Amino acid sequence: MSNYSLFIIIIIYLAILFYIAFIAEKNAKSKWVNNPYIYTLSLAVYCSAWTYYGSIGIAANSGMQFLPIYLGPVIAAPLWIIVLRKIIRISKQHKISSIADFISLRYGNNRFIGALVTVVCLVGIVPYISLQLKAVSETFEIMVDESSYISKTIWDDSTFYIAVLLAVFATFFGTQATDASEKHRGIVASVAFESVLKLVFFLVIGLYVTFYLFDGTTDIYDRISSVESFKSLSTFGDIGNGFNWFFMIMLSFLAIFLLPRQFQVSVLENNREKYLKQAIWLFPLYLLLFNVFVIFIAWAGKLSFSNEVNAEYYTLLLPLQQDNTVLALLVFLGGFSAVISMVVVSTLALSTMVSNNLIIPYGFLDKFSKSQPEKNAKYIKVIRRVSIFSIIILAYFFYVSFSKALSLYSIGLISFVIIAQLAPSFFIGIFWNRGSSRATKVGIIAGFLITLYTLVLPFVMQVLTGTSEFSDYGLFHIEALRPSALFGIDFLSPPAHAFFWSLSINTLLYLTVSLMFKGNYRERNYAEMFVDSKNYASLQDSALVWKGEAYVSDIKNVLNRFLGEQRAQRALSIFFTKYKLPQDTQLADARLINFSEKLLTGSIGSSSAKILISSVVKEEQISLVEVLKILEESKETIASNKLLKEKSDELQHLTNRLKNANDELILKDKQKDEFLDTVAHELKTPITGIRAATELIMEDTDMPAEIKIQFLSNILQDSDRLSRLIHNILDFEKLETGRQELDIQQYDIKETIEKAINGVSQIAAKKQIDIITKNPHKCKLNYDEDRIIQVLTNLLSNAIKFSESKTGRIVVDYKLGNASVEVLVSDNGRGISDKDMDFIFDKFYQTSDQNTIKPQGSGLGLAISRQIIKKHHGKIWVKNNQKSGVTFGFKLPFD
Amino acid sequence: MKKILIVDDEPNIVMTLEYAFKKQDFEVYIARDGSEALQILKKDVPDVVLLDIMMPNVDGYQTLNFIKEQDSLKHTKVVFLTAKNKASDIEKGLKLGADKYLLKPFSVKKIVSEILELLN
Repeated sequence: MSNYSLFIIIIIYLAILFYIAFIAEKNAKSKWVNNPYIYTLSLAVYCSAWTYYGSIGIAANSGMQFLPIYLGPVIAAPLWIIVLRKIIRISKQHKISSIADFISLRYGNNRFIGALVTVVCLVGIVPYISLQLKAVSETFEIMVDESSYISKTIWDDSTFYIAVLLAVFATFFGTQATDASEKHRGIVASVAFESVLKLVFFLVIGLYVTFYLFDGTTDIYDRISSVESFKSLSTFGDIGNGFNWFFMIMLSFLAIFLLPRQFQVSVLENNREKYLKQAIWLFPLYLLLFNVFVIFIAWAGKLSFSNEVNAEYYTLLLPLQQDNTVLALLVFLGGFSAVISMVVVSTLALSTMVSNNLIIPYGFLDKFSKSQPEKNAKYIKVIRRVSIFSIIILAYFFYVSFSKALSLYSIGLISFVIIAQLAPSFFIGIFWNRGSSRATKVGIIAGFLITLYTLVLPFVMQVLTGTSEFSDYGLFHIEALRPSALFGIDFLSPPAHAFFWSLSINTLLYLTVSLMFKGNYRERNYAEMFVDSKNYASLQDSALVWKGEAYVSDIKNVLNRFLGEQRAQRALSIFFTKYKLPQDTQLADARLINFSEKLLTGSIGSSSAKILISSVVKEEQISLVEVLKILEESKETIASNKLLKEKSDELQHLTNRLKNANDELILKDKQKDEFLDTVAHELKTPITGIRAATELIMEDTDMPAEIKIQFLSNILQDSDRLSRLIHNILDFEKLETGRQELDIQQYDIKETIEKAINGVSQIAAKKQIDIITKNPHKCKLNYDEDRIIQVLTNLLSNAIKFSESKTGRIVVDYKLGNASVEVLVSDNGRGISDKDMDFIFDKFYQTSDQNTIKPQGSGLGLAISRQIIKKHHGKIWVKNNQKSGVTFGFKLPFD
Repeated sequence: MKKILIVDDEPNIVMTLEYAFKKQDFEVYIARDGSEALQILKKDVPDVVLLDIMMPNVDGYQTLNFIKEQDSLKHTKVVFLTAKNKASDIEKGLKLGADKYLLKPFSVKKIVSEILELLN
């Protein structure tokens, strides 16, 4: 096959891919483009030329060693539901545009970390891309049978043209939009298409080799078993090999998350979290299908060719041997698909990192300040295009200088080990909020350097010096520093060995430094948001605590530059509407700052967005100190705080109740003291009278008889007063403490009133005062008759006491009220002064306005009456009559 | 002849004191509360006032204050006769300027001798 015709086929194929991407982009919302199967197939970008060709090489030379690279992802797949979902959620929340963005944002939007991750990825992925170029180049040569021809300049080298072709393709393919967080539907669709092609073609060649060239799997097995080296090709080896397996599985486990192209398709291009449900079983199935025929093709190749032939290309060589050019072409296109998808997606991811995390934040930012939005968008696009192009060309030169000497498999592993250095800060960081930016820097740099020393340097030295002196004897010939056997660990394969040392030290440093030094407020804030992504989903805009000053107009200017006036205006007005702020708000708050940063993040990455926004914002860092303390608290302390608060509220409540009870007790105590004081005073008065009069009668023997009689009568009066007083005090005390039970029965109120009137009729008659009853009707209800008579007697004797003799007139009436009976006793006396009105029912209160002769009250009558009525659940009151006198009334309920 | 004003709202008590002081050849004035006492004090100048404290309208303290304010009454002695027997009450009474503080219930003989002693 001539190289021109193959070139033309390649170009046609690329055109088809372009067309698919174009159609998909146009129907970006269609279900053909958005479904879990497309998503899963796009994840198969994992299977690059390394899988397509490299696996067979390994299977042919080292047996089962090719498997761990697929076992890792298979083991990882079930975990996607938890881990990948969380990563996707975080990335969506923060409009993450690459893995560098992700890690740098987790550690407080740290610019250096973003750049560091970008560099690590570049160093890791450029050789990986060169591996793809190597595969295309070598298969191209096989197809056109150019192996005899040795190129002298790059202009004669077909690989160079393929590289340029790929670069041009990737450049235009990957950079349609400036907003890197926008989805690339076209690319995803074409990657999915390529995934189908490479699998189908690989299965076709597998079936062809196994069942057409040979008589099925048993035939191949029978034949290969007779070969000497068979045993080592079909078994798993010793314990050292076991470790190799373990580390290889771990390595690929990490790679499926961390490879920039995997992050791109699995996280950034994911538009529904639920796709993961299908992906976790479909993707392992895809990998399984891909590996079914690997071992048989490898054995078949081994049976068909001598050992000099590169086993990696058995899939091409076997059909070519049979002169089946069409099948070989299909296989070539399958491999080419694997290459294209890997290169396009990888360079897309890398270029985003390079522009957003390296070039823009470190220097290019000023360029944007004064130009127009279209120009800025163009700038960004140009940066990305140049990046993609340069990366591929760089990969080409890497290929020319180094890759020719290495197998696909070993280059791939170097990439994996380098990329794996991101693992501690990435994985631990999303589950542990203590992980700090300093720890990330130290960990990644240390791990990266160890990888360089143990894995990259030996091979570079070998290429440069032409001897394996460095790898055989170590730095300065120190045994412990042998790059493939550091400190005597010599039973691992070089990649496993490098992986073990670099990742152990990386992780150890990450954990130790994190525990030793706390990050600043900003990164702890982000840490909290990442670790606790679920809770922050709803309040993310206000989660970032920020205190400073910025004007909306300044921020708007920045947004205008990158989004264009229209988009900026629209975004702001949406923002204001969402938070119910007036459209002409002058001062920006934390939410707006956050919102704007996020808007810009999509275009220029989070680090750059942060720098741009902070250029128009005056931050007051010190004032955040108090807020820090709040942020520091983990979920648990917040929960226990809540509990504490509840407890303290409860305690507060109890304290209040205690305080109230205590206040009441103090008041009661004071009242009791006052009561006793008054009682003592009241008791002393008649005793004084009795004491003095008795003394005089006894001592003064010549006292006139009439005076003696007067004194004796006084003594009698005082004695009565004393006993009445004592009786009333006890009575009152019983009623007030509730020890006195009522004897409630049915009585007729009319009869009761008559009984009471009879009781006082004598003293009334003495003063010639009339007592009149008005209501002739009977009225039965339940009450304690003796007690009500007591009340009535009290009211009647008061009325008599305060009425003028002869003119005095007392009216007793009762009427049916609402579910109660109302009894009224009114007189035509002097009435009660306003100042007495309020206290008249208080114990020992005696009006200052009494008759000239001191009334013989105990001062407890009305107080007792009130208690009695209260015990009947009734009400007692007093009011002055309009003309003259006063009316006392009480109400008794029917039940 | 010595003049005494007895101010108390308990008639039975007043009666015993009136009898006892009359026997000692006192000219006895009687007031049933502070306001009545003031009426009397505006016209007459007794040598001694026997004063209850807890009385309606104008109480014993107010009456004492009135006496202390009147220049005409500067030689009039004031003796509280009350049931208020707490130390704080006694202190208050003496502080206001009472010459003696006597407690109820009392011995009539004792009251008389206290008054005589005060006046000599």
